[in-house]
Order: sequence, then structure tokens, then C-alpha cells
Amino acid sequence: MASSSERSPPPFPDTEDQDVLDSEEVGGRDSDEDDGEELFMSASNTPLTKQDTPTSPDSQASDLMEDLSVGPPSSQTEKSAASSFPEEFVDLTNNLDAESRVAAEISSPEPSDEFFDILGSETQKVEVEASVKADSGAPQRKASSRPEKGLFGEPDEDLFGEPLGAMSKKTTENEGKSSTAKAAGPTFSKPTDPADIFTEEAATTVPRTSNTVNSKANGVHSEEDLFTEATVELSLDSPRSSRKNEDTSKPSASSSSSSLSAPARQAKPPPAALEELEDEEEAELEDKFDVLVSVKDPEKVGDGMNAYMAYKVSTETTLPMFRNKLFTVRRRFSDFLGLYEKLSEKHGPNGLIVPPPPEKSILGMTKVKVGKEDSSSADFLERRRGALERYLQRVVNHPLLLQDPDVREFLEKDELPRAVSTQTLSGAGFLKMINKATDAVSKMTIKMNESDAWFEEKLQEVESADQHFRKLHALVESLVVHRKELSLNTANFAKSAAMLGSAEDNTALSRALSQLAEVEDKIEQLHQDQAAYDTFSFAELIADYIRLLGAVRGSFDHRIKAWQRWQDAQAMLQKKRETEAKLLWANKPDKLQQAKDEIVEWEARVTQFERDFERVSATVRKEVLRFEKQRTKNFKRQITKYLELLLQSQQQLIKYWEAFLPEAKAIA
Amino acid sequence: DIPDALCERDKVKFTVHTKTTLSSFQKPDFSVPRQHEDFIWLHDTLVETEDYAGLIIPPAPPKPDFESPREKMHKLGEGEATMTKEEYTKMKQELEAEYLAVFKKTVQVHEVFLQRLSSHPVLSKDRNFQIFLEYDQDLSVRRKNAKEMFGGFFKNMVKSADEVLIAGVKEVDDFFEQEKTFLLDYFSKIKEATAKAEKMTRSHKNIADDYIRLSATLNSLSAEESTNYYFIKFCLKLFQNFLCVCLKKVEGRVASDEELKLTELLRYYMRDIQAAKDLLYRRARALADYENSNKALDKARLKGKDVSQAEEHQKRCLQKFDTLSESGKKELTNFKARRVVAFRKNLVEMAELEVKHAKNNMTLLQGCIELLSGN
Repeated sequence: MASSSERSPPPFPDTEDQDVLDSEEVGGRDSDEDDGEELFMSASNTPLTKQDTPTSPDSQASDLMEDLSVGPPSSQTEKSAASSFPEEFVDLTNNLDAESRVAAEISSPEPSDEFFDILGSETQKVEVEASVKADSGAPQRKASSRPEKGLFGEPDEDLFGEPLGAMSKKTTENEGKSSTAKAAGPTFSKPTDPADIFTEEAATTVPRTSNTVNSKANGVHSEEDLFTEATVELSLDSPRSSRKNEDTSKPSASSSSSSLSAPARQAKPPPAALEELEDEEEAELEDKFDVLVSVKDPEKVGDGMNAYMAYKVSTETTLPMFRNKLFTVRRRFSDFLGLYEKLSEKHGPNGLIVPPPPEKSILGMTKVKVGKEDSSSADFLERRRGALERYLQRVVNHPLLLQDPDVREFLEKDELPRAVSTQTLSGAGFLKMINKATDAVSKMTIKMNESDAWFEEKLQEVESADQHFRKLHALVESLVVHRKELSLNTANFAKSAAMLGSAEDNTALSRALSQLAEVEDKIEQLHQDQAAYDTFSFAELIADYIRLLGAVRGSFDHRIKAWQRWQDAQAMLQKKRETEAKLLWANKPDKLQQAKDEIVEWEARVTQFERDFERVSATVRKEVLRFEKQRTKNFKRQITKYLELLLQSQQQLIKYWEAFLPEAKAIA
Repeated sequence: DIPDALCERDKVKFTVHTKTTLSSFQKPDFSVPRQHEDFIWLHDTLVETEDYAGLIIPPAPPKPDFESPREKMHKLGEGEATMTKEEYTKMKQELEAEYLAVFKKTVQVHEVFLQRLSSHPVLSKDRNFQIFLEYDQDLSVRRKNAKEMFGGFFKNMVKSADEVLIAGVKEVDDFFEQEKTFLLDYFSKIKEATAKAEKMTRSHKNIADDYIRLSATLNSLSAEESTNYYFIKFCLKLFQNFLCVCLKKVEGRVASDEELKLTELLRYYMRDIQAAKDLLYRRARALADYENSNKALDKARLKGKDVSQAEEHQKRCLQKFDTLSESGKKELTNFKARRVVAFRKNLVEMAELEVKHAKNNMTLLQGCIELLSGN
């Protein structure tokens, strides 16, 4: 556990940038390699400093330590820093750079500007403390993590957890910036043998991957001043425990370079600690998010075919990350679609289930645009409004998506750049269609021999559920149609009953008949309402889930794509190895070097893709579980609501008929 | 005097069971097999009997319509492969229930016809009626041949044309004048109402059908989900919903049965009013005859020949008309009272049943909700 957490972080960053990691960087990687080694050594120092602690480091760690341990542990960092200083200045600066980046991890929540203001100094402190403790040595972390939990209590953990989620949001954004850091990543794998360690770690590290990646990415774009601030706080906090003191005294006392190296050591443990916290928080977060989004007042803007509907999006929240408790913006439908585009682009490949918005409906919208004020367009608008509201609510209920800056921009910002690509007939729309077509084709051609029975099962389940839901939806729709018919017919009957009543010459019977007409009239209203309930609380729910199941399938597809990349990379590696063998045999040393480089590169890439795939798999798994949990809850709520509505209408019915009964009896 | 009709399957054979205290019957208790056509024959002979012109002849029972459920059953058998097992059994049950309902209704209609006849003071003494009840061999009523059918059609045409003609004849009695306008008005209204009520019932049935399908789908869905350990709760709940919906379906059917009560009532009275209208027509016809004979008498007097014959004829017509008016008046008053009573009974029953079903539904729903929230 300890050693794995230590080593696992480095490889992950690169998983993020399959695209970024180009061959150009291969040259730069050489320098990074040393840099990485430095880091690695400094990282492995941490265990050594704690070697005398009662908790025994696991065997792997100790093995490594034996390999790497030089001299007294406490002086190791200084030594390594010092020794590298005269030798290679460039290297050191590189080193420092990397270290500073990593060191910033501790303060990572702070640099992300949105959180800076809201978290407040207290939270900052909490975070720093957490990382300080975490850095107190990997082997000891088990012991230290306990007091840590007790120390901070729940509220802090919550606060701590949220930024964490936010960080993961950042990852994709920061991809470009973090590419250098990531480039350093693969080099870590080189000193050790990637095959055995990584495979061993695979299972345990997967869930952690996103965290480590995030922290790394965030670290990269942290600014220098923030960083120093963080270290200052660190040193202030550290005296709290003697154990920490031992560690932190070095950085605070020594020169800036060494102070940087100390945080560097801290860099790795925090993710592990955070990860532990996150697990606990996950359950809480689900219930805890109290952002209430409502979409109201559809309003027609403009005229003719350029008209569009604007909706009022009000958000009510108690979360501190928003500036106000209550705010309202106006959004048009394509804005909703644009939000979805952004989110799915960003998070889809990672295996998140991004809630889909309602589809565009050219027919329905045209009707509205033409301005017919009939019931069908009102019905359409109401449906869409409800769907949009549920869509947004789903987005903000997702702990990760809520942290996305685009989401918050969508909710908070007054003006939003017009989303162009959502238009059906635009060039982007056309491109999208082509992409979809190719996707469908590749989906058919890719035959993935599923390694994980869970996914296979789930996929099947999703497919069949999708089918069932479709059928259900069709049925409910027809139910609604029939109910509307019924209400119409009831109205007609009521009318003719009234006429019959007027024609009747027996006064009592005539009265009874007109009463009957009235009752039927009311019942008609009831049926109409019931039809509306059917539509809104039942049919729409099912329609939503059909869409969501589509999204789930999408995330499965992304997983398969990741797998495909991995397989491709492996095939490529194989090919490179063959060329190398050929070159070796042909005895061409000049090309041999190049081939070797390429092999190294592709090995890295294979590992990276493999990680990528595993990470996506893990995310998908988590997401699917979450989705199911939510679905269960949601269904339960909706069904209860629906039944209650039914109950109400039945009660009304009883009332009406009971009122009618004496009238009927009065006929004589 | 309680004719009790039972029935065997194919070709709709009714077993007419009679208990009587009348001396005109040989036995106090007997039963005979009858077919639908026999009923029609009875009705027709009654209508054609001159003596009964002043009476409202109870409308003949409509032809039992077992075809549509049978056809549906057949279709269902064909489409069996395309449906899931549960759905199929559900639909089948539903159809069987429908068939049974139609059957019951038919029997009831025929029974009502006989009861009306037997309760009528004049008609119950009719010879044909007694034969119908008593003769324990097959009546082997001659089926109408094509010529007769055409003749009947032609007669109808003549009748309606005649009706238009007679409409011009001035009414001498206010009561009949009123009654006529009322009946005409009422007839059109009740016809409309019947059509509407039928439509309403049909859409109600559609909804019930939807519920069946829905519940079947939900059932299969929940069966699917139950394979997953994670969803046991969920599927339970779904199943609960399905159960509820299933019961709801029953409610739908019963509600449509209720509508049947209403629709049936309306329909019956539609036919009854038609019969009353026929009576009025016959009376009007008699009135026209009388007036014609009056004219003829005048003419004869003017010409001075055949006076006595014309007088005779005129007297006969007047007499006929008078008796018709007399019995017609009685019949119509009876009819009115009967109608009001029947309406009252049916409306009360319907309202009570509606309340009952709604209450049933409510308790079911409540139980469902409790289970759900308890889960």
C-alpha cells in the first residue's frame, strides 16, 4: 500500500495526455528522466525517515529502500539536492521545477481560483495539515491517517472533499499546461520494472488515479506566490506534532531549494490520504448536495423562424462555492445543448455518465415559432421545461459535474456565448453526424473480448432495460392518448346528458340527469388531469431514463474505445520490437538506437493506455453504480408521487359520485 | 311468473324456465329450450297482432354479438408468438372476461324481454307467448326468407314515408301531441347520449387494455431486474406497482361494466321509446284512417250513395282510434313511470358501484404507497 501509493502517482499523469504526448517530447524526456529519478529518490526518502516507526513498511517498499537507501535517511534529501547541485545545474533547476510543481499539490485547492475565496483560510489550513500529515511518510500513513480523521472531524472532510472533486474537473483543462509534468511521468516507470510493479498495483491504484492526476495537474499551474504561502502555512502548522516537526523543520529551516524538496516528498502521500477521505465522503455527498435548480417561465423571444424560447433558470443553493444563495439567469434551449456538448466532450471520454438533455424537436419548435397557441404546443413547452429542469438537476446532483466551471458559468453568468454547434443544420452539426456514423461503424467492427464479466453483464442489463423502457414508454404514451380520448368522450357524454336532462319531463329525473352531466364534466376534468400526470410524472420519467441509458451506453463505448487504443498501442509496440529485432539482426547500429527509443516510447504509451483503460473502467463502474442507485431512488420517488396523484383523483371521484348518489335516490 | 333463462354455449340456446301460478298453463313449473330467433318470432307476431296496436310492445332483444370477442380471441391466438407469455395469458383472461360479460348481458336482455311480456296484463295472456313458454319441443320457427326480408324493409320504408305524411294530420288530443314531440325530442337526445356513452365506455376499455399491457411490461422488467442483487428492492417496488396497476386494470374493467349499465339502460330505453313511437305511429295511422273515413262519409253523403257503408267504416275507425288512444294513453303513462323508475335504479346502482370501485382503488393505492414508503 505504502509503496504503491508512492509509485503510482507518476505514471498517471501521462494517462491524461495520450494526444499531447507526441514524438517531439521524446527528446525532452531524457532530461526529464533524470529529473524523475531525483524525484523518485526524494520520494523514497520519506519512507526512510520513518523507518524506525513501529508500523512496518511493506515488503516492497523495504526492497526498494534497500536498493536506494544511501546514508542516514534524514540527510538524504539534502544530500541528493546538494550533490546534484554542483554536478548539473540544469538538472537541478529542472528538478526544482518539477518539485515546485509537485509541492504545489498540497496547496492545490488554493490555486484553483474559484475556490480560493470560498474555502477561507481555515480550510486551507486544514488541507495543508492533511497533507503535512500525509507526508509524514508512506509507511506510517496508516497510523497517521487515523488521528487525522479524528482531528478534522466531518465538516472539514466535506470541505476537503469538494475541492478534490473540483480538481479532477480541472484535469482536462490543464492538460496542455501539465503536459511537461506528465512527460516526466513515464520516466518514473523506467527505473523500476513497469511490468511487475504496475500489474501488482493495478488493482489498488485504479480508483486513485484520478486524484493523483488531478493533483499533479493542479500543481502545475499553481503560481509561485501561492506556493510559498502554502509552505509558510505548512511550517506554521507543522509544530503541532513532533512527528511532523521532524519533517517540516527541514524545509522551513533550509534554503528555498530544500524547502521545495520537502514538499516534493509530501506530494505523493496526499492523494492517498485524500482518496481515503473521498471514499467516505462519497456517500455523504450524494445526499448533501443541496442545489435546487428550477426552470421556469418559458418565454418566446423574437419572431418567425428566428424565434426561440428562453427559460428562466433559478438556482437555490447553500453551497459556499456559489456567490449568492439564489440567482436567476435566462437561458435558451441551445444553451442547454451547448452545456451538454461541453460536458460530454470533457467528461465523456473519462467514462462519466453525462446526463443528456432533451432532444431537439424541430416539429414542436416550429409549431411554437409559428405562434399557434394551441394545447399541443403548450404541452410541448411544458414537457420540455420539465425535461430541462430535470436535466439540470441531474447535472448539479453529480458531484463531479457540479464542480465543472462550465456548469457554474451556465448557472451564474448573465451572458453566455451563443452555442453555435448545437444547430442541427450547421456545419458542426453535420460533422457531428459524420462522427456519430463512424462511431457506429467502428462500434460494429470492434469486437472486444470482454475481460470483465461485470461489464458484460451490465451492458446486457442496460440493453434490455433500454428495450423495456422503450416499450413501457410507448405504452404509457398510448395510455395518455386513450385517456385524453376518454376525457373528450366524457365531455361529450356530459353534454348530451345535459341535453337529455333538459328534454326530460320528469323534474326529479331531469335534475338527476343534469347532475349526472355535471358529475361527468368533473370527471372529464379529472381524466384530463390524470392524463397530464401520466405524461409528466410517468412518461417523462421513462423518457428521461431512455436518454440516460443511452448515456450509460455511451460511457461503455468510451471504455471500449480506451481499450481499443490500448490494444492498438500494444500491436504497435509489437511491431517496433520486431523491427528492432530485424535491425539487430541486420546489424544497423545507427537505426537501432532510434528503434530502441521508439520501443521505449511505445512501451510507455502502452502502459499509459492500459492505465487509461483501467481508469475509465473504474470510473464507468463507479458511475454505473451511482446511476443505478440514483435510478432506484428516483423511481421510487416518482412512482410514489404518481400513485399519490392517482389516489387523489380516486378520492375526487368518490366525492363526486357520493354527491351524486342522493340526487339519484331523490328521483321518484 | 318468473321466467328464468339459462344458457348453453354454441348457437346461443336459452333455457327458458317458467314458474307460474296462472291456470292457463298446464304445469306450475316448466322449462323449454329457446333460441334467439324464437324470441324475434315472438316479438314479430306480437307486433303484427291487430289487437295489440294500442300497446307498447316491448322491444325485441338485440342479436347477441359474440363474434367480436371470438374474433379477438382468434387474432390473439395468431399473435401468440409475438407476445410474452404473461401478456398473452393476461389478454386471454381479459377476453374471456369480456366474453362472459357479453354473454351475461345477452341473457339478461332476453330475460328482461320475457319479464316485460309476462308482467303485462294483456300480453301475458297472449296465446303465442304461452306457446313460446310452454311448448317443450323445438319451435322450429321458419326463418325469414329473402322475400319477407325485403317485404319488411319495404314496409319500413312505407312506414317512414307514411309517418312524414301523417305528420301533417292535426292532432286532436293535447296529451298525444305533447307526448309525440317529447318522445321525438327525447329519442334523438337519448340516441346521442347512447352513442357518446358507448364511446366513453370504449375508451375506458382501451385504458384498461393499456393497463394490462403496462403491467405485463412492468412485470417483465421487474423479472429482469430481480436477476441483479442490487435491485431486489427496486424490483419489489416495481412489482408492487405492477400489482397495483393490475388491480387498477380490474377497476378499469369494472368501471366499463358500470358504463355498460348506463349505456345499456340508455340503449334499452332508446329501443323502448322506438316502440312507444311505433305505438304513436299506429295511433296516428288510425287517426288518419278515421279522418279519411270521415271524408269518405262526407263524400258519400254528398253523392248520396254508400252512405251506410261509409258510416260503418267511419264508426269502426273512430272506435279503433278511441281504443287505441285509450290504451295508448295508459301505456305511455305507464312507460313514463317505468322509465323514471328504471333510470333511478340504474343511476343509483351506477353511482354506488363507482363509489365502491373508487374506494377499492383508493385502499389499494394507499396500501401500495405505504409499502413503497416503508421499503
